[in-house]
Amino acid sequence: MRRIMVGVKRVVDYNVRVRVRPDNTGVVTEGVKMSINPFDEIALEEALRIKEKGLADEVLAVGIGPADAQQQLRTALAMGADRAVLVQTDAAVPPLSVARIFRQLIDKEQPFLVLLGKQAIDDDNGQAPQMLAALWDRPQAVSCSKIEIADGKATVTREVDAGLEVLELDLPAVMSVDLRLNEPRYVKLPDIMKAKKKPLDTLGLGDFGLTDAAAFKTVRVDPPPQRQKGIMVKDVAELVDALKKKGLV
Amino acid sequence: MSKILIVAEHDGARLNASTAKCISCASQIGDSTIDVLVLAADGSAVAAQAAAIAGVGTVLVAENAANVEPLAAVLAPQVAKLAAGYTHVFGPSTTFGKDLMPRVAALLGVGQVSDIMAVEGSHTFKRPIYAGNAVLTVEVPAGAVVVATVRVASFAAAAQGGTAAIEKVDAGVALPDHTRFVSRSSATTGRPDLQSAARVVAGGRALGSADGFKIIYSLADKMGAAVGASRAAVDAGYVPNDLQVGQTGKIIAPELYLAIGISGAIQHMTGIKDARTIVAINKDGEAPIFEAADIGLVGDLFTIVSELEKQLGG
Repeated sequence: MRRIMVGVKRVVDYNVRVRVRPDNTGVVTEGVKMSINPFDEIALEEALRIKEKGLADEVLAVGIGPADAQQQLRTALAMGADRAVLVQTDAAVPPLSVARIFRQLIDKEQPFLVLLGKQAIDDDNGQAPQMLAALWDRPQAVSCSKIEIADGKATVTREVDAGLEVLELDLPAVMSVDLRLNEPRYVKLPDIMKAKKKPLDTLGLGDFGLTDAAAFKTVRVDPPPQRQKGIMVKDVAELVDALKKKGLV
Repeated sequence: MSKILIVAEHDGARLNASTAKCISCASQIGDSTIDVLVLAADGSAVAAQAAAIAGVGTVLVAENAANVEPLAAVLAPQVAKLAAGYTHVFGPSTTFGKDLMPRVAALLGVGQVSDIMAVEGSHTFKRPIYAGNAVLTVEVPAGAVVVATVRVASFAAAAQGGTAAIEKVDAGVALPDHTRFVSRSSATTGRPDLQSAARVVAGGRALGSADGFKIIYSLADKMGAAVGASRAAVDAGYVPNDLQVGQTGKIIAPELYLAIGISGAIQHMTGIKDARTIVAINKDGEAPIFEAADIGLVGDLFTIVSELEKQLGG
């Protein structure tokens, strides 16, 4: 079975303007819309396209999070994933533990490709894919904007500061995806109905022999420093004057 | 006492400015020594530049033909090995460091602090989360090696004037050949580098086309500025990806950021929060960019930019 494993994280929707809790322990998540991490959605879309090209047989969606993360996995199944696994925990799971969980699942599932978002838009860590590749001792390609699979190899284009970089990787490999890789499909109602019948297994952190001792301690969470309220100018002459006063032109 | 190792970013000939910023961040950890590690095929030129930065103790040079391109899978085992004895291993939060450092951390069996924006103590740091809409103060357990990336926009470059010793090292580890460099293409021209420029002129979707975007290049050239763009402008194909500013593009801190026809999505704003002065020019007076702008001007951007170019022409 040629299998692709995809990570699906439940995060605060990207349109939500997050607010820091008054007690500085985190951000407000109650009553806030939750979604699949947008980068993970792109990873899933890419996996589905690879399968639709006949280059894979199964797409497995893996989530780590609370019981409610089933909603995002059901969405992944509705998009077209064949089955899903939820590693259920209410604890915050740091990237290294995420990588360790995926590493163990790889032994069981034997994927030829692991596709992950390049970062989750809550913690903005951007670590799990690279950590997984390290633990697995396999190639990594971070921030992919194009993926081509052929003959047990992948040719990937990555977005880097200097422009675009092309790498050739032996498979299996881990890839983290960037925004311009694809545009994820919309889920249709019949697919949502069908997804209810697809298998979604639940495991616990204990199944992976993990504790969260490696997690960093959150000392506090603060709102970002606010910028001073600016001024409006009425024309270009005023703008140039204002810039000259600041010594900027 | 902290012993800090900084992984140098370079292109084989020149040390990237991000390294001096990492050194500046590291120097804020009191009672420490700072060494720089240059991994290269021929590291002599880069090592000399690193040795000239104030505050550097020793520059370690690991030369290997396999290091000719910065492949994380090739560099990480060397960094992990050479990190023995260090309390901290830092790299820049550029695409180079973001690729490499988590792989190093995993090989060392520790977590990573991403995007340090402030140093609160040897093991305590501030970093942005939720696209910069919250700031997390995080503490690494005492005794664990601190592997981190440094948000380069948050730190000034360390000064020149150093005379560090240069020492050749060999990690003596087997390197994989499962990852191969094919090519790199860069669309950037002779303009100032977006990440380090003092002035940036950036355009958004409102420019309407690649042709429309030409007024941004023209104004930038007149001002000696770098060119940036919003994600929308890149997605629409007006400009290449390396000009993108924001959460998934470059995080920059210029003296002047001129945002033209950019609405100001939170993902964009996170990339320019540290700009000294933000100027917004937009036809929509309700655009969120005006909330963050120091100076705002509402109107037709083609008229304004052409007028601005004329008035700055003298």
